[in-house]
Amino acid sequence: MSDMMRVSSNPHIRSKVSTDKIMLMVVIALLPATGFGIYNFGIRALFHVLITIASCVISELVFELIVKKKITVGDMSAVVTGLLLALNLPVSAPLWIGIVGGAFAIMVVKMMFGGLGQNFMNPALAARCFLLISFPSLMTDFTCDVYSGATPLASLKAGESVNVYNMIIGKTAGTIGETSMVAIVLGAVLLMLIGIIDIKIPGSYILTFVIFIGLFGGHGFDPYYLSAHLAGGGLMLGAFFMATDYVTRPVTRAGQVIFGIILGILTGIFRVFGASAEGVSYAIIIGNLLVPLITRYSSPKPFGKGGERR
Amino acid sequence: MSKLSFNGGIHPYDGKDLSKDKPIKDVLPVGNLVYPLSQHIGAPATPVVAKGDYVLRGQMIADANGFVSVPIYSTVSGKVVAIEPRRVVTGDMVNSIVIENDNEYKEVEYDSCDDIDSLSKADIIERIRKGGVVGMGGAGFPTHVKLSPKEPEKIEYCIANCAECEPYLTSDYRRMLEEPEKVVEGLKVVLRLFDNARGILAVEDNKPDCIAKLKELTKNEPRILVKTLKTKYPQGAERQLIYATTKRAIDSTMLPADAGCTVNNVDTLCAIYNAVINGIPLMERIVTVTGDCVREPQNFRVHIGQNYRELIDEAGGFKIQPKKVVSGGPMMGFALFNLDVPTTKTASALLAMSRDMVAENEPSACINCGMCLEVCPGRVMPKQLAVYADHGDYENFEKNNGMECCECGCCSFICPAKRNLTQSIKSARKIILANRKKK
Repeated sequence: MSDMMRVSSNPHIRSKVSTDKIMLMVVIALLPATGFGIYNFGIRALFHVLITIASCVISELVFELIVKKKITVGDMSAVVTGLLLALNLPVSAPLWIGIVGGAFAIMVVKMMFGGLGQNFMNPALAARCFLLISFPSLMTDFTCDVYSGATPLASLKAGESVNVYNMIIGKTAGTIGETSMVAIVLGAVLLMLIGIIDIKIPGSYILTFVIFIGLFGGHGFDPYYLSAHLAGGGLMLGAFFMATDYVTRPVTRAGQVIFGIILGILTGIFRVFGASAEGVSYAIIIGNLLVPLITRYSSPKPFGKGGERR
Repeated sequence: MSKLSFNGGIHPYDGKDLSKDKPIKDVLPVGNLVYPLSQHIGAPATPVVAKGDYVLRGQMIADANGFVSVPIYSTVSGKVVAIEPRRVVTGDMVNSIVIENDNEYKEVEYDSCDDIDSLSKADIIERIRKGGVVGMGGAGFPTHVKLSPKEPEKIEYCIANCAECEPYLTSDYRRMLEEPEKVVEGLKVVLRLFDNARGILAVEDNKPDCIAKLKELTKNEPRILVKTLKTKYPQGAERQLIYATTKRAIDSTMLPADAGCTVNNVDTLCAIYNAVINGIPLMERIVTVTGDCVREPQNFRVHIGQNYRELIDEAGGFKIQPKKVVSGGPMMGFALFNLDVPTTKTASALLAMSRDMVAENEPSACINCGMCLEVCPGRVMPKQLAVYADHGDYENFEKNNGMECCECGCCSFICPAKRNLTQSIKSARKIILANRKKK
């Protein structure tokens, strides 16, 4: 019996794709936005990024040690969460805010529900909303060494004129990683080219949002106003990097389009009718809650089901 | 023109370069030959010889037991030394006839037929049945049953499955290159059964030389078309192939005949030709012996019943000790406990790999990436089905179309979390089918 070989059920080969490689690619795709954030806001932005990532990774490690679960920090997902959360912080916020946010994202939103793959909300966004509610003045103060005063979206809401060119490049006030449409789209195109994300969610999200703003924004389909809305706030970062989060988006093709449409409508409602100028974070986490329902009613039709008998 | 295909599928490393340029080589058996009585789907054959009998090559040693069953023939002359359970590729012990080869290869006289037009349709089907022909692509479904649909006049396409979409396999490729006329003649025999049908030779576009050969051979055959398929796994899966060539989709409860089709693979067509025209029963097949552990990967024409170990020896042995040896392709094949199992009618390849990718890749948490849905040719939700399967929730498994899975393995292959999705789903399907039988 000693020369018996190990057997297994087919298939006997595996692709090279793996969870940690996917997560690493997401991190790489976020580097342009991160880099621009540091260039735009200074070295303090880098501290925020490092602290928040460290907080997320350590939180996951500590939690798993406490509950004696298998250590999974090697899958890089905590790094992605930490980076995304950091990109959603204002640079002027105290540095401890990333520690609190990271711990909340990982321990409460992710690990308590069973870890990777089980969280019902995007951990980074849930943590951002938690911080927004808990520390509203710290989280909405976008005054820093480089910029004073309001974000372009707030100015837009107040009826002031904004410089759309600067908004697209990213030279405006805002959170660390959300300001540069160019840098975000660059990373997103990379992810789309290698097939990690596809256009269904961001496409339907942005299209629906544009239509909504055109209809209800009070400026019709004015290209200048629409561009300002597209480039402003967290829409690009949210649509390409948060709404596409695997765990918290529908897994079916039809469901993804429905999900994008819902996000577009919610973001439109929050931005046009809400008290705050921004609404992407809340739109996405509310959308996340609808995912099980969307998935349930959008399951694909099996191949050949109900085919014609000749 | 865009190439014919289906939705989903994967592009694994195909490994065909290892053996594709090696001409088919005849190998003679060395040790005893073992003939499992169940080499096909349906009732096992019944032995018609006893221990101690002397048999000739081409002599029937086990007869069909019912309609969905086929006879088995000795591929050598020699003495029956045992009828006992032997281990087969699936790991099961199956009652088998063991024959000691006298190395003389004395043959029976075959009842050949010079003029196929003198045969009636029933004669042809009977000759195929008597020849012990089964689907040699892997399933082993008796071919005469496949070719006996309720309404033969409704068959519009007789598809020759020349896709060979499994990685590493080159046996069909060599057959099409070296003996394409047998494939075409086999298809013509099938077409004789179906007056309203056209023949389609469906070949993946990674075999342009075969496509050219077959086109050349069939240029004066108005009833036969050569169609080019996109190279993608599982292009040769029956339902996917029917869809790719005819755009007719059938679900798992339907038969190819419901789409007006019959599908037979390359080696099967050669076996049909041999059985009907030459009167020679199914005794040989082409087996690709390959993998990064094999010193000289090759394509062998083997005597069915021959031991796998002899094929490895014939290919120069192992240059690296293999971690996993598979009978068949890496996607659908069976991993072997050891090499002491016989080749059967459905053995298309012997693959020895230096890596055991299943053991190397420990499953981790599902990240809901949806890649399994993207690649699933059955358009079901593998990740969801695997959860139901693992929880033993067979009701929801069936409700969510679990029985539509064709077990092609694409989901397990692509899964970044390395989850054994196909394996979970397969187990649930087996249990559900067993429960149905009980009722």
